[in-house]
Amino acid sequence: MVEQAVLEVAYQVVGGDFSQAGDGASRLKRVLQQIGLAPALSRRIAVAAYEAELNIVIHAYSGVLKAKVSPVKVEVWAEDQGPGIPDVELAMKEGYSTAPDHVRALGFGAGMGLPNMRRNADELEIKTVLGEGTIVYMCFANRA
Amino acid sequence: MTYFHSVKLHEDKCKGCTNCIKRCPTEAIRVRGGRAVIDDARCVDCGECIRVCPNRAKSVVTDSRALLKDRKFNACLVAPSFFGQFRSEVSLGRILASIKSLGFSHVLEVSRAADVVASALSKHLLGPNVRYPALSTSCPAVVRLVQVRFPDLIDHFVPFDAPMEIAAYAARQEIKLATGCSDDEIGVFFTTPCPAKVTAVHQPVGQGHSQLTGALSMAEVYADAFKFLPKVTHEEPVYGSARGLAWAVSGGEGTAIAKDDYLAVDGLQHVIALLEEVELGRLRSVKYIEGQACIGGCVGGVLAVGNPFIARLRIARMSQRLVSASLPALDLAPSALTLRQTLLPRPFLQLDANIEVALQKLNELEALVGQLPMLDCGACGAPHCRALAEDIVRGTASSTDCVFVLRKQVSSLAGELMDLAGKLPPAMGRG
Repeated sequence: MVEQAVLEVAYQVVGGDFSQAGDGASRLKRVLQQIGLAPALSRRIAVAAYEAELNIVIHAYSGVLKAKVSPVKVEVWAEDQGPGIPDVELAMKEGYSTAPDHVRALGFGAGMGLPNMRRNADELEIKTVLGEGTIVYMCFANRA
Repeated sequence: MTYFHSVKLHEDKCKGCTNCIKRCPTEAIRVRGGRAVIDDARCVDCGECIRVCPNRAKSVVTDSRALLKDRKFNACLVAPSFFGQFRSEVSLGRILASIKSLGFSHVLEVSRAADVVASALSKHLLGPNVRYPALSTSCPAVVRLVQVRFPDLIDHFVPFDAPMEIAAYAARQEIKLATGCSDDEIGVFFTTPCPAKVTAVHQPVGQGHSQLTGALSMAEVYADAFKFLPKVTHEEPVYGSARGLAWAVSGGEGTAIAKDDYLAVDGLQHVIALLEEVELGRLRSVKYIEGQACIGGCVGGVLAVGNPFIARLRIARMSQRLVSASLPALDLAPSALTLRQTLLPRPFLQLDANIEVALQKLNELEALVGQLPMLDCGACGAPHCRALAEDIVRGTASSTDCVFVLRKQVSSLAGELMDLAGKLPPAMGRG
């Protein structure tokens, strides 16, 4: 049996470092373009990955943005060591945010992160442990 | 698909240095056999390589004024940036008269068309079905950049043609109305500040045909118009709208749009950085982005003669001094403004048409990157190590193109030779 081609990438994310926020999502986007995914799909993935990456920068201490790309689907994990999410259902509400004022002053933390991820991903799963960290899993089907 | 390009390399002058490969915004240039080679599919004719080449080995191919002989009537479309090449005391009417005397039957300020676009733009941006941030179509290098590097942003472009095209259409209408002649008796020429617009004339960004006959070098037309200026005794009628004239400089399109909804960015590298933000879904609160490939806007084009910052000041002074215009605004139907062409993506990043193969190549690429020194020295002819890795998996370069990899291989080969030299056949060795 021929093994299906798969590519795995991982990009480190530093909590609190807004100067690098988006680097991981941008690099992932380039990879997706090199693979030749439909522009609309790679855009959805990049937007969702960016939101996930940004959440690590805003809320966590450190983390990693991982992706596994196969011809049929793209899976993205945003894993962090951080405070965890106390109320996931509330966090999914548009406009709800626990981002501190200095983050909002930068134009981030408008409470659209998770809603944007849900809108763009085909599957979204959140595992969170208070005081330890969060894993956001997203899956995007390639229907082309 | 073959692409027309107005940026040309003079092989005899190229020394194979790495200045242009490093500065090309689309990474379209490689050094091969000691000469720069431009990849037709990637080049957007921005002209950055012309600016940075220390050996003047690249230039813009523009059209010759000899073409004027072929037609009964010839109109010169004068770019707003053209006026910025002259001292601000010189009146617009005299500048136009001087240009006309070079063999044109008509002159038309492109700012007249820009003014119409500005009005349409402010209406359009308030309307439904606009994808924010909307992108300006006026700089063809930026339009092509989006086609090759940001294909998923194509639907952000406003549905208007560049003022140059609209002005050409208007000039044709005017001449036909006044003389009753047919389209093929009319030549329409643009005084271009950049190679991007030469290409836009000969191969429009979309699929259609340009209304223009040719693009003349602004530097050449300026040189002759400047010489003739002292002999000019009359003033051509002037439209002279400050709003239209402002399109010469970066930020000029914004006069039609509320300031806090509008963003102007100049310099192709800066445009790329900003579009990357847009791609990630940021900047949705911005209504319109005016991206210009050249620093300072069109006054910063490689065919503009003067310093772009001085030109900007001159344009500002000329705008202040404008008195009442003697020409009316262009009366154009909305359809005349509409982008007649469909903008199609021209993606070049894809490593293979087959997704399985592309994934495999990308895995190879990532592995290769680990073996390269990541010094981005450019000696291999690619702009940086990652680009070399891409070229290797595409089959257009080899890993020994890297001097560090080559040196390592030579050194291990030398070690093997030393080992072999130390070994003696059993029949020898008695000293």
